Amino acid sequence: MEISRTGEALQISDLDPFLAELLRQIPASTNSEGAPDAEARLFSRPSAEKEICTEWRNYVEPELRRLFRSSTQTVAEDLAQLNGNEKSLRNRGLTIPFEHADAWLNALNQARLVIAEKNKFSDEELNDHDRSPIGSRRDLSLFQVNFYGFLQEFILREMERG
Amino acid sequence: MSAVSAVQLEKRSTSTVEAPVRETETREEEELDVPWQVVVHNDPVNLMTYVTMVFQRVFGYPREKAERHMLEVHHKGRSVLWCGVRERAEFYVQQLHGYLLLATLEKVV
Repeated sequence: MEISRTGEALQISDLDPFLAELLRQIPASTNSEGAPDAEARLFSRPSAEKEICTEWRNYVEPELRRLFRSSTQTVAEDLAQLNGNEKSLRNRGLTIPFEHADAWLNALNQARLVIAEKNKFSDEELNDHDRSPIGSRRDLSLFQVNFYGFLQEFILREMERG
Repeated sequence: MSAVSAVQLEKRSTSTVEAPVRETETREEEELDVPWQVVVHNDPVNLMTYVTMVFQRVFGYPREKAERHMLEVHHKGRSVLWCGVRERAEFYVQQLHGYLLLATLEKVV
């Protein structure tokens, strides 16, 4: 896989089917339904004061849900480029308009937080970047968190360059 | 402190004025004046570079200051990013939650 910036877009090329599938899973991975701890992490308490938390749930949380949904939707639309021929072993490419960079950062972060919360990864596991993704479902999830983190790092670096 | 003294002085010079009402108002004003702080808490998932970028964007801090706060969060578990009126503190916490950081507002004690 190669990732680069070309003008106003980020280009991911030579994407093998395994990594393409991980990318395709970003929107689904942001789903915290049925996982109360992941839900609590996405919508964390703003204060120890009950009155503030009640107001927050009524007025702020719906706004946050809209923001997160909108980011995920943008990413899902970009990922539509990878649809079709899912079973082909041919490497693929993906173009991400740079104006979608914020949405990607947000959706990748949602996905990383939800996956980490669902798997209850320890600090040691999260810092173990050399672990093989092949061992177990848990290892694969950890690889997913690290892969999404790598993409975030690249996007951030390009944002800094302007 | 100075507001309370003013009420006391007024009570002495104008005994027929309904002083207790003024005292209540003074207490409410003091409540509103209590400063609040925006605290960001450590989270092992969020990337250090991401947290630094968020602090720069939300608070307009230069990179060095944003990094200092990020490292404080990382090493000490929390950092106070801003201090002031409640409404503004709530606004900042909402922004930080939009970036999925663990942030709270607390009364300054």
